[in-house]
This record gives sequence, C-alpha cells and structure tokens, in this order.
Amino acid sequence: MCERSPGESLDGMIDVRELTKRYDDTVAVDDLSFTVRPGHVTGFLGPNGAGKTTTMNVALGLHAPTSGEVLINGRRYRETRRPLHEIGALLDAGAVHPGRSALHHLQVLALTNGIGPRRVEETLEMVGLAGVARKKVGGFSLGMKQRLGVAAALLGDPAVVVLDEPVNGLDPDGVRWIRELLRSLAAEGRTVLLSSHLMSEMELTADRLVVIGRGRLITDTTVGELAERFGRLEDAYMYLTSESVEYR
Amino acid sequence: MTDVVRAEWLKMASVRFTAWSLLLTVLLGVGLSYLFGLSFRNGFSDTSAERQDFEPLFATFYSLTLAQLALVVFGVLVVGSELSTGTIRTSLAAVPQRGVFYAGKVLAVASTALGVSTVTVLGAYVTAQVALGPHRTSLGADGTVRAIVSAWLYLPLICLFGLGLAMMLGSSVRTLAVVLPVFFLGSQGLGNVPHVSAVAQYLPDQAGMVAMNLVGPQDDPQFARDYGPWIGLGILTLWAAAALIGGGLALRRRDI
Repeated sequence: MCERSPGESLDGMIDVRELTKRYDDTVAVDDLSFTVRPGHVTGFLGPNGAGKTTTMNVALGLHAPTSGEVLINGRRYRETRRPLHEIGALLDAGAVHPGRSALHHLQVLALTNGIGPRRVEETLEMVGLAGVARKKVGGFSLGMKQRLGVAAALLGDPAVVVLDEPVNGLDPDGVRWIRELLRSLAAEGRTVLLSSHLMSEMELTADRLVVIGRGRLITDTTVGELAERFGRLEDAYMYLTSESVEYR
Repeated sequence: MTDVVRAEWLKMASVRFTAWSLLLTVLLGVGLSYLFGLSFRNGFSDTSAERQDFEPLFATFYSLTLAQLALVVFGVLVVGSELSTGTIRTSLAAVPQRGVFYAGKVLAVASTALGVSTVTVLGAYVTAQVALGPHRTSLGADGTVRAIVSAWLYLPLICLFGLGLAMMLGSSVRTLAVVLPVFFLGSQGLGNVPHVSAVAQYLPDQAGMVAMNLVGPQDDPQFARDYGPWIGLGILTLWAAAALIGGGLALRRRDI
C-alpha cells in the first residue's frame, strides 16, 4: 500500500482518505484509502457494485461522503473554484442534452470556468469531432458521445483526469486512440485515473492498479507486479476479486 | 457569478424548446387578449346592471391564465431537463458550489421570464384595449396601473415557482402533473367553487389573479376573496420564495 510521505507535494494527487459512503442500508464504500499519483495511468478495478463509481462520485463532489473524504490537489472538490482547470472527468457520456449541439455543450462548460472559445475548438479537433461540432448530440453514436465526454474532460487542460469506462462503445480505432491519449497525458506528468472492465485494454494502458471489492481495498500495486505473480491481468483480477463478486 | 449566468443563458438559447415555449407564452398572452377583447365588446349588454359589472381588465389579462402555462412549463423544464438527461452532473462538476450554480440558474430564468413578461403584458394590454374599442379602460383609470404591474410580476413569479418546485420534486413530470391541472382548473374557475374557494383562494395562481382583477366583482359574495390585490401579489411572492428556497435546500443535500 502506498502511504504519502510527509512533505510530499499535494499537486496532482487524488487522496482517498478513509472514505465511507452509505446509501440507506447499503454500505457502498467501506473505510477506503488509497492515493493516485501523477505521471502514471492508474487503473481502478473491481466487480460491479464494488464502489468504483461511488468513489468517483464523491471525488467530484457529486455525492457527499458519510465519513472520510477525497482530496484532489489537497482540496475537496466542492471547495475548488473553476475546477475544470485542475480536474477533468468523464463519468457519463450519455449525460448530454440531445437537442444541443456538441459545440454548445462544450461552450456552456467553457463559460462557467472562464475558458475561451478557441480552446473549445481545439478540444473538438483533438477528439475528432470538429466536423460534427454543430450537429445535435442526440444524433451521436455512443462512441461520439464518449469522445465529446473526453473533450469536456480536457477542456481546462487539467493536471488530473478521471474517467469512468472511457472505452465503452469505441471502435478499435477509438480504443487505441484513447489508450495512446491516456498514456501521453500521464507521460506529460498528469494524473490519470480510469476505471474499466476491459482487462486486455487495462493491461496495455495502466501502470498502476487499485483493485476494490465490496467497498474495500483489495490491492494497490503495479501492473508489473501482478504480471509476475499471475501472468495475465485477467487471471490476477479473477483471483483477487473471487470473494467479492456479488450481483447488485 | 456572471460566468454562471451567461452559461445558463447559453443553455437556454441552445435548445429549441426555449424559443417555442417563450414564443407560445407571448402568442397566447397577446393573441387571446385581442380575441377576448373582441368577444367582450360584441357581447356587451345594454342592461345597466351588467354594464356596471363589466371589467375591461378582466378581458385584458384573462389570457395570461393560459399563457402562464407555457411559461411555467419552461421554468419547470429548465431544471427538469437537466435532471432527466443527467447533464446536472456535468453542470455540478463544472460549478461544484451548489449555491452559486442554483443562484445563476434562478437569475438567468428570472431575467428571461421578466423580458418575456414585459412583451406579453404590454402586448396584451394594448391589443385588448384596441379590441375593446369604446369599452376600453385607460392608464388613468382606477387599478389599471396596479393590474399591469401585477401582471408583469405575476408571470416571472409563477415561472420561478415552477422552477423551485421542480428542483424540490426532482422531476419535470411529477411537477407538471401537480401544477398544470391545478393552474388550468384555476383559470377555469376552480377558485369560485363554494367551500373549495376558502382554501383555493390562497393558491399562488389564485392569489395572482386577485392582483390582476381576474376574480370577478368583489362585492358579489360568489367571487369575493378575503384579501385585496396587493396582498394577493404578496401571497404569490411568498409561494415563489418558498419553492425557490425549498429547491435550493433540496439541491444542497441531494446526492446527484
């Protein structure tokens, strides 16, 4: 497990500290602690219902923790002004208004955080949506919506990037594009946290892995270490989470 | 805060529904006003009793009880569509300080509704007087300016009431299922039903109607209300404030 050493810089770190989240009777996350550092792609793995999305929801200030906290750059998300400049997230690609164009969707976000129109165009080009910028998002395929979500996440040129299942719906071209994009973001010194169920992709994309089950930490290690012990990541995952699979 | 308000205006402007609902508000308000004016003028009786009861302001502003429905739907959907599409999560990720986010939305809707109201109320007043012809009222007549000001404030207040309620109830459908039947029945005379009227007269739309001279001659016991027009406006303001505050509290506490 990685503990932060005293005096280590807070910049770019996602610090999950003894996080517990209860919804009515269900404990979704139970005293979870781990740290995500810059310069790596960190994969966030676990069975359905393990608490990955809950952790991300709390990290982004969307859900309030029952106890504990998630700090990004040393601060809670709700206390961060103009957060898009520091933290970019893709949580639900489908969370767009179907009657709005891609361009307007991004322009609205840009306005709230003081980001200029040129940057909006840049990100649209970066994700390959420049040609359909003025089309309504309702007509987009899932892959296109994912790309729009990535554009929204990168709008503020943030040092921390959080993505929930970014590969969903992407064709092989898109899958490789995301993989290379994420690796290049990490190589630039940014912090990248991504959750995914696609083990084969995770193996190629991530350097570090945080595996959780039933709301608790199972392991916080490197892809290399798991490869040594188990060979394929899929085997490692199956072994580590065998006790934690439940259908919610 | 200006950034947030500008973003909210762009949100409204970038969706076709906004233009439709706002245009419908104006068309219903002005168009029906003209038609009611004509109909009142043609039906004007020669008996002196009816002439005494004749209220040109009723003809002028009754159209607003229907025009308001389009504006209320607008106010409800500004919140409700964010909730149903999930875009509220994107919005809150961009503006995590929920008070700021909510205030920005309320200000943007209030200013838009006020603009629509200005066009609608002035348009309704002018076209109704044209249609009423010799039976028209004037700005100098008793209560006219008060009714105009009340109507001008009524539309944004009822729109904001819808917005706050939608935030509290968490969905457009739930909110409209409550508000549309009540307001529509209100416009059709729910407030005059005996026994019901004792309570119904305190509903927000009913209170507003008192302020706009839409509840019939007050010396007639069938139509009498327990309060006058300025208090009516006050009651409506309280309803809107309560809904907005309730919505703000719901937003602050909710896991979204």
